[in-house]
Amino acid sequence: MEPLGWGGIFARMAIQFWPVWAALIVTFAVSIHQKRKLGLYGKLFDSPIGMIGFAIVMFWVFTALFADLIITQDPLVQISSMKNKPPGEAAPEGSSYAYYLLGGDNLARDVFSRMVMGARRVLAIAPAATAFAFMVGITLGLPAGYFGGRLDTGLSFLANLVLAFPVILLFYLLVTPEIRDTGIPIILAAVLFIFPVIFFITLFNSRYFTDPPKRNLFIGITLVLGLWAYSGLAFNMDPLGVWSMDPNLLNVFVAVVFVNAPTVFRIVRGIVLDLRSRDYVAAGQTRGEGAWYIMLWEILPNARGPLIVDFCLRIGYTTILLGTLGFFGLGVSPESPDWGSTINDGRRLLSIFPHPAVVPAFALMSLVLGLNLLADGLREESLRD
Amino acid sequence: MLMFLSRRLGIMALTALCLTFVVFFLTNLEPNLEKLARSEGSVRMSDDQVTSWLEANGHARPLIMRYGEWLGVLPGWTRDVDGSVTGRCIRGGLTAETAPTRCGVLQGNWGQSSVFKRPVGEIMGRSLAATGWLMLWVMIVMVPSALLLGVLAGMREGTRTDRALSTVAIATTATPEYVSGVILIVVFASATAGISPVLAEWGWISGRTLFQGTATSAMDKITFWNFGLPVLTIALYGMGYIARMTRASMTEVMTAQYIRTARLKGVKFRDVVIRHALRNALIAPFTVIMLQFPWLLNGVVIVETLFNYKGFGWTLVQGAGNNDIDLLLSCSVVAVIVVLVTQLISDIGYAFLNPRIRIS
Amino acid sequence: MTEWDKTKPILEIENLSISFFTRLREIPAVMDFSCTVMPGEAMGLVGESGCGKSTVALGVMRDLGKNGRITGGSIRFKGRDLTTMSEEDLRHLRGSEIAMIYQEPMASLNPAMTIGAQLAEVPMIHESMSKDAAWKLARDIVADVRLPDPDRILRAYPHQLSGGQQQRIVIAMALMSKPALLILDEPTTALDVTVEAGIVDLVKELGEKYGTSMLFISHNLGLVLEVCDRLCVMYSGEAVETGNVAEVFDKMRHPYTQALFRSIPLPGADKNSRPLVAIPGNFPLPHERPPGCNFGPRCDYFEAGRCDATEIRMAEVPGDRHGSRCLKFAEIDWDAPLKAVKKVEKTPVGEVVLEMDALRKYYEVGSGKFFGGGEAKVVKANETLSFSAREGETLAIVGESGCGKSTFAKVLMGLETATSGKIVMYNQDIQDTPIEKRSTDTVSSVQMVFQNPFDTLNPSMTVGRQIIRALEIFGEGNSDEERRARMLELLDLVKLPREFGDRMPRQLSGGQKQRVGIARAFAGGAKIVVADEPVSALDVSVQAAVTDLLMEIQRKNRTTLLFISHDLSIVRYLSDRVMVMYLGHVVELGTTDQVFSPPYHPYTEALLSAVPIADTRVTKKRIVLEGDIPSAMNPPPGCPFQTRCRWKSEVPGGLCDREVPPVRHLATGHQIKCHLPDEVLTKMEPVITIAAE
Repeated sequence: MEPLGWGGIFARMAIQFWPVWAALIVTFAVSIHQKRKLGLYGKLFDSPIGMIGFAIVMFWVFTALFADLIITQDPLVQISSMKNKPPGEAAPEGSSYAYYLLGGDNLARDVFSRMVMGARRVLAIAPAATAFAFMVGITLGLPAGYFGGRLDTGLSFLANLVLAFPVILLFYLLVTPEIRDTGIPIILAAVLFIFPVIFFITLFNSRYFTDPPKRNLFIGITLVLGLWAYSGLAFNMDPLGVWSMDPNLLNVFVAVVFVNAPTVFRIVRGIVLDLRSRDYVAAGQTRGEGAWYIMLWEILPNARGPLIVDFCLRIGYTTILLGTLGFFGLGVSPESPDWGSTINDGRRLLSIFPHPAVVPAFALMSLVLGLNLLADGLREESLRD
Repeated sequence: MLMFLSRRLGIMALTALCLTFVVFFLTNLEPNLEKLARSEGSVRMSDDQVTSWLEANGHARPLIMRYGEWLGVLPGWTRDVDGSVTGRCIRGGLTAETAPTRCGVLQGNWGQSSVFKRPVGEIMGRSLAATGWLMLWVMIVMVPSALLLGVLAGMREGTRTDRALSTVAIATTATPEYVSGVILIVVFASATAGISPVLAEWGWISGRTLFQGTATSAMDKITFWNFGLPVLTIALYGMGYIARMTRASMTEVMTAQYIRTARLKGVKFRDVVIRHALRNALIAPFTVIMLQFPWLLNGVVIVETLFNYKGFGWTLVQGAGNNDIDLLLSCSVVAVIVVLVTQLISDIGYAFLNPRIRIS
Repeated sequence: MTEWDKTKPILEIENLSISFFTRLREIPAVMDFSCTVMPGEAMGLVGESGCGKSTVALGVMRDLGKNGRITGGSIRFKGRDLTTMSEEDLRHLRGSEIAMIYQEPMASLNPAMTIGAQLAEVPMIHESMSKDAAWKLARDIVADVRLPDPDRILRAYPHQLSGGQQQRIVIAMALMSKPALLILDEPTTALDVTVEAGIVDLVKELGEKYGTSMLFISHNLGLVLEVCDRLCVMYSGEAVETGNVAEVFDKMRHPYTQALFRSIPLPGADKNSRPLVAIPGNFPLPHERPPGCNFGPRCDYFEAGRCDATEIRMAEVPGDRHGSRCLKFAEIDWDAPLKAVKKVEKTPVGEVVLEMDALRKYYEVGSGKFFGGGEAKVVKANETLSFSAREGETLAIVGESGCGKSTFAKVLMGLETATSGKIVMYNQDIQDTPIEKRSTDTVSSVQMVFQNPFDTLNPSMTVGRQIIRALEIFGEGNSDEERRARMLELLDLVKLPREFGDRMPRQLSGGQKQRVGIARAFAGGAKIVVADEPVSALDVSVQAAVTDLLMEIQRKNRTTLLFISHDLSIVRYLSDRVMVMYLGHVVELGTTDQVFSPPYHPYTEALLSAVPIADTRVTKKRIVLEGDIPSAMNPPPGCPFQTRCRWKSEVPGGLCDREVPPVRHLATGHQIKCHLPDEVLTKMEPVITIAAE
């Protein structure tokens, strides 16, 4: 068969992405129709920048969701005749799709399918890692900003300590096969993963301590669910085997959370310093409200604007970090289709066969760009009226 | 001011101590030392042999002792086996009698690189010089263009210029070095793709590619063609960020009341921007530029690896990839010092730019 | 510029309309506004927030931002139409012919430029003056605005000056080119009253000296009376009444103006016998204005079918260029006495419920604890505070910024513990018990109402939820349903519709938020309520309603009200006893009558004189204090007030410089902290006299 021209390649790719288009259209139609009822999310659809960003982000989210429907070849299968073939090359008889739409890499795998599967990996780790970093940053940043004093000095010193590390050095030290043998990642995970549990317990306790039955119910649920997930994620000892994390992945995950948390801490602390002098905080204090209630229920909800914006930006940054890890071949198996390591694989033959590196490079760039635009749109809209 | 400086220096020293200790701890973990033993001795050493090798080389003592020795505050270890004295400081033709008792970083002894088989001090000196040039050019390209971009965009918020420039800035921050580097190489330095084949066909360039895809030759002589791409790669990523900060700060200043005061005094728009807004608007970006250094270090590591430029970042990757403990430790010391010094400069500069802080 | 005919108006605004354009709609901010300012005349622009008075000023400056646009009418300055003028011509006018003075002096000065550079810039731009000449001129003008040590000031940065000094610099900057028209946008709102008095004097004096016309924008009728010749009252984007000050004040011809005057506490008003009359309803939002008369829905004289039928134009009223935007001004009997307002019995005062004895609160500041070094400074926020308050009593605590009234509230609430001294509440010592250790009963019986309505409610929680939370904390009600019912009752108590329980605070107006704040404070049946400037951030017409509400709840519950305020008019209106504070000291304490009539403490005297009163019958003795309030970090030795006291020379032997005066009891319950001998005190004359009618 003849190789495809660029027109044919794009047309066929567009067809492969059909579930994504359908989902995007539904999302936008519903959201724009309902935008006045949806608060900040609805306002996003007033800002062209924000809409473009949201569209790009959702494109990748849906791609990750429907990856199984989109891929044309098994991302791990090697068809030796396709090694380093340019985009549009016809695949030999018997493969699941007639072409390698974006060519083959140096191990003769389909670049297009690997890029699509890579989205799934990136979008599984980056938002979750960012969420954990936020839990840690918020749980520590609130008291540091609210109480000040020694606690603040100590925590800020620690945060600055982590921030003073060049990220790559930290990765090289934290994400190595040797360090896994020492159990340090598990200790770190044990420390970092307990924060969400602490966060939710204090959240419910501070609010419902006046109503013990309700409090016990909420805290009980949190404890059961939280500790269940905790045992699985941090120690890989989930009795039911639902929660588990590959040690490789755990290592990467912990390192990324560890790097991000201090920045979140600083942001939260800054916002709290600003908000704690408000009258509604004083009103809470004068009716004898506990410190944690004031932090979690009076201050935190009012800090949500800047935090949501930063959350979007930070997912982008985390994506970049994950790519960096992949680029240096840290913490990922060579088989993995994730974008960073694919770029790393491709760069050796870059000046001769550019496509295996350029495709994931564009994918990563567009996702981060989308997140940045989304954050920008959100920031602009949340500042308006 | 003196108070402030001495306090800052105190905190800096404390931070540096903590950080180097963490690095020391992480590089001297049991598995790392085993690996070191096997790579220095022989790959087929038995576990007992490893243990005895570690003992013979002073690695089998408490961590804090070894850290003290490395730092140079504790005397180096010595070991007397059948009359032949070995020790940390006994090397390079020195005997047990002539060797100093302490030989750590504080004495200027950075140790021996196990990868390059040469003193770390020498390697660091060379690679830092190479990276210095890279950073210098990055700064020359990045800072003025970022500030210009930010000021132009922030001067009149919401206009088409603003939107266009802001989008450019966002796009560059969304493109990490390993992406932009790859794209730049493909576009400008690939013999099969991008613009080079076209230019070569037209006979506009003599070689096969417009720019060079590696910067190795820049170690000897820096030219536009071998240095342009690495510098641009780092500068692009940082530029977007600084430009956005400048824009944000500029738009905030432009809506400030004192700018209205100036406008209603009859000051020309150009003078409002230059005389009244600029200095206030540059206070925030200045700190950002300085705090950008740790980030630039990242870029340096990626770009030097990508373009094969044997500077600090490349050395760090070699050291880390091969578990070269002494090399890695000195890399981290350098990195930490760079970060802390820039933080200090940022604080002092902030106080200098902002009269409100300077006086008090 | 050619010589201007002095008999023609400097500024003529005709049928000006200004709108702001948002994504959703056009919001008209000013509609059909006309006014004329003659040379040397001071024109006042009065109205509540959101009435468009500042927009008019910015319209004159043609500085309406991206979204604002002049949609109709003309603004003629010395005969030239500003609405059609080119940017370049405007630029030559701004700063040289028309200058502006702003509300917040700190924000209006460039923080990174020296004062001298900012001042000298003006003549350098407009008159191409050399730098040296411009600096010399700047020095002269700085001396003109009565700032000490002009040379030092010129080299200083804005943050090194106090608020009052900064405002003088802004005035100096406006006068650098001897403008023909000066626009003052609430120039003293951000300042303390005693500092305000100095600025007002300066503005009046300089206006006369340079023959400058003024457009004076303020929400304070008293200030307008002091500064202006003519005024224009604005309501919801329209001018409703205009005329000379005496006529508008004494013979108003618009119901809004009348209602405004009835709602502000003038001397003679009394909470029991002559209560204030609040204007019912709320200020309409710009896009929800009623048809016809904007004031119609809140007007006592409203006539359906007539007042809401057509657009209403300004009509000529007999008198000195007097106009009113009311269809019925000729029919209304303007001199009719107020309809019988309900008089209420004075509530009897009960037992002593709260007693403070020699309370001291010192703070340590300025030492970095982590690395030591630097001398710790002690701020004496409260110095030997002693007083008692009885059940059902209103005790006003009066003072300007830095006087320690907020610290006192914090100590009482238990947010801070006292350094020494005693607080006895219901026979319980609570000075050393921080709020976490207080019993729920103690906590719920002392509650607080806060100053800033935009800050007092949590913006991300519904109103009902916030009140219910207070009920939960105070252990009121046994179930969620009971608490919800109680919350609705509390909304009834503060006269808010029950639907408000499900609203978010941003959907409420300032006055409504303040009512929610009051409901929340009374959720646990508070017996002592500290009201920290509860109405000072509200518009005058709303102030009366909120004050009334507080009084009513107080009478019902026999609450002890500690009313913190800097506004002496409202204090005189509602309080039984008054405590005057200055730099942490109680300088005078007595019943309202004792404090408001001589003998005064010299500070009380100055304070009384400084408060502007919107009543043409009142004559005041003008006492303007020198300088600013000293910082609490660095108080003067001896008597705290000695640096600004005009009576200091009457005390022999420089006692004031050395010793803090002792507390002296002048009459039963009347005490002052002053060295002045008795004969001087008895010589004091009343500051305020009301001409007989």
